[in-house]
Amino acid sequence: MAVSAAEGIDIRPLNLAAMVREASITALVVFALAIGLVGFETLDVPGGVAIRTRFADVAVVMALAFVGRIALILLREHRPRPVLIVAPILTAIMLVLLLSETIFGSESGAALKRFMPFHDPVVLWGVVAVTVILAVRAAYAQTHVSSSLTLEERDARMDRIGAGVQRAARLLGPLLLGAAIVLPFMPFADRRVLDIGVLVLMYVMLGWGLNIVVGLAGLLDLGYVAFYAVGAYSFALLATQFDVSFWVALPFAGLMAGTAGVLLGFPVLRLRGDYLAIVTLGFGEMIRVILLNWYSFTGGPDGVSGIPRPSFFGLAEFSRSVPDGTAFHEMFGLEYASIHRIIFLFYLILAMALVVNVFTMRIRKLPIGRAWEALREDETACRSLGINPRNTKLTAFGIGAMFAGFAGSFFATRQGFISPESFTFIESAVILAIVVLGGFGSQIGVVIAAVVLIGLPEFFRDLQQYRMLAFGMAMVLIMLWRPAGLLAHREPTLRLFGRDKKPETNS
Amino acid sequence: MSAADSFAAPVAEVPGGGQTLLTVEHLTMRFGGLVAIDDVSFLGADGRITAIIGPNGAGKTTLFNCLTGFYKPTVGRLTLHHPEGEFLLERLEGYRTAQKASVARTFQNIRLFPRMTVLENLIVAQHNKLMRASGFTAAGLFGLKVYRDAEAKAVDLARYWLDHTKLTEKADVEAGNLPYGDQRRLEIARAMCTEPVLLCLDEPAAGLNPRESHDLNDLLRYIRNEHKIGILLIEHDMSVVMEISDHIIVLDYGRKISDGTPKAVRNDPAVIRAYLGQEEHEELPPEIMAGADNAGRSPDDA
Repeated sequence: MAVSAAEGIDIRPLNLAAMVREASITALVVFALAIGLVGFETLDVPGGVAIRTRFADVAVVMALAFVGRIALILLREHRPRPVLIVAPILTAIMLVLLLSETIFGSESGAALKRFMPFHDPVVLWGVVAVTVILAVRAAYAQTHVSSSLTLEERDARMDRIGAGVQRAARLLGPLLLGAAIVLPFMPFADRRVLDIGVLVLMYVMLGWGLNIVVGLAGLLDLGYVAFYAVGAYSFALLATQFDVSFWVALPFAGLMAGTAGVLLGFPVLRLRGDYLAIVTLGFGEMIRVILLNWYSFTGGPDGVSGIPRPSFFGLAEFSRSVPDGTAFHEMFGLEYASIHRIIFLFYLILAMALVVNVFTMRIRKLPIGRAWEALREDETACRSLGINPRNTKLTAFGIGAMFAGFAGSFFATRQGFISPESFTFIESAVILAIVVLGGFGSQIGVVIAAVVLIGLPEFFRDLQQYRMLAFGMAMVLIMLWRPAGLLAHREPTLRLFGRDKKPETNS
Repeated sequence: MSAADSFAAPVAEVPGGGQTLLTVEHLTMRFGGLVAIDDVSFLGADGRITAIIGPNGAGKTTLFNCLTGFYKPTVGRLTLHHPEGEFLLERLEGYRTAQKASVARTFQNIRLFPRMTVLENLIVAQHNKLMRASGFTAAGLFGLKVYRDAEAKAVDLARYWLDHTKLTEKADVEAGNLPYGDQRRLEIARAMCTEPVLLCLDEPAAGLNPRESHDLNDLLRYIRNEHKIGILLIEHDMSVVMEISDHIIVLDYGRKISDGTPKAVRNDPAVIRAYLGQEEHEELPPEIMAGADNAGRSPDDA
């Protein structure tokens, strides 16, 4: 291959008609997708919903798809030169338009802005990113004539990248923890950033909890949100009906959720894989439907409101003035600020998530943790070794559910209001997606996946309807590049020789 | 041996010598209309290797599944004369056979925990012991000394079996990445880590080359002589069976057709008939039997 690079590649004569046809088909597919998603927008107007059409946007999207496809065909046919010329020009034009206000001042800038294809800056930056990628690829193809990677080469490269990420992961853990601890004191950490941080940490905690069930014990649970709901409702009802404080109710909510986990675990003991997934999905929905319909107990669709906020470990309250008690800002002699509560919530969920993490790391190295993993690998072999599969599975279900219950109580106390709407199947799916994308059983992978799947969509709320599109795109990309999850790597729970001694058979 | 003899079971003499460890009486296993095992009775001795042979489909693996709690026999009594008392194996369900009666087994198609390391496989085998030591997780969670000592002891036992199966070098390799022969030996090591009184091996020599088979013979002899436990062995490889077993039971179509010392079984006309077909081969010298395992796999015994 490397001997005669130039001749090794067959540069066929360009078939212009075929090229246009292929690009037209792409544009047609884009049209079919975009006409519904982009072409019509529903607007809330007084007295109902109005529909606004955006056919111009559809046309622009189609044109971009057409041009982009032609660029890809040219790259594929080893003719990068036109792309190398056009893509940077497009990039430059877009950049000028985007930065026009800063370059030319607001007046002429605003005039130039009218030439921009879309209104949303995030989408525009996305277009810029695509043109830049095309330009870089074209430049690469121009300089490396022979570079058409075979499938194996590409796989090997992805493996190397994966191994590098794994090495970095050992350092990444403490680094991320440090970043989380100092986050509330950063100058940019306003209420919004902290709220997103709390949300991400909640999903990290849920992900770590589900990781015990799915990642370690290998029980595919699609109804995990049910235990989250049980925890939330346990706390909410205890707090509103019996005036129990957060710190007293927290263990109780965990216990309730854990019990629910064991109870739901019993009937599904014999099921594996897909069947287990379907039944747990059903159980998840059942819990939600019960919450929705048992009006006298749960308040049905009205939910439970007026859930008390957590106090500072029962010592002080987070409010401006406390009639009978101490206020947090008075206790520490600070100026009152509403963000104190958010910071406290942030550290609270951080601590709770870390407890789950430490617990999981420890229990992996205990007999029960190893039995979970063994059960995931081969249940029949487990039975032949005298491991009780029933108890082993139920502990995994119960412990996983207990952590979901803790997270649920936190959710209830943070929101102050809960209703069955918060516990739909999509929540289970998102938590499972975090575990799967992070890499089964990988603790740091769950963190990264939670940041990607929860944090980024929150930051890109400006994208509005494109947000879920980006979510889907992220999932597809991860599945393409790292089908076993971002950090699918299993560290042995104990070694006979140290980590450095490499046995002769490489794994 | 007639059915009447086996009623007086523990007193009866085991063909290969040794103390009776296992008494199987009138074992029958039906799957719907199919009779996989038909009224089989035999004795297994402590500190001896008892081989169960027979053509494919003779019911050997079904017999193992009944003994190790994977199947519940339709009829019959399986008594294990454990040093701590007698266990009726047909009443123990599933994992309890291994947990209470200390019966360990390996599988015809290897069943390791492929993504766990070799050492972890051996530690998982000591689950029940470690579970008690970890105070059912509570003591272990806080890293108490009781548990750490128990774990160190478990690693020592694992190390002992790693040394004797020549797997020490590969202790930290994922079990799924081992070569086939090593996986076979690891499965035996894992079964031995449960500290059994009866070890059931389902075709341990399948797929091994002659040198590996030879090593396996040495390993099984070592287990028999040093650990004095009973070994039940299903095997097609006659070089293994004839060399190491003290007692052979031959099954055909779910029935026991022969039972005795290797010498007696080798010369039993019923066995030769089952393995080599009807009359025309009856005059063949017994040496043929040693290489008869291939004939045993011929399609007509399906």
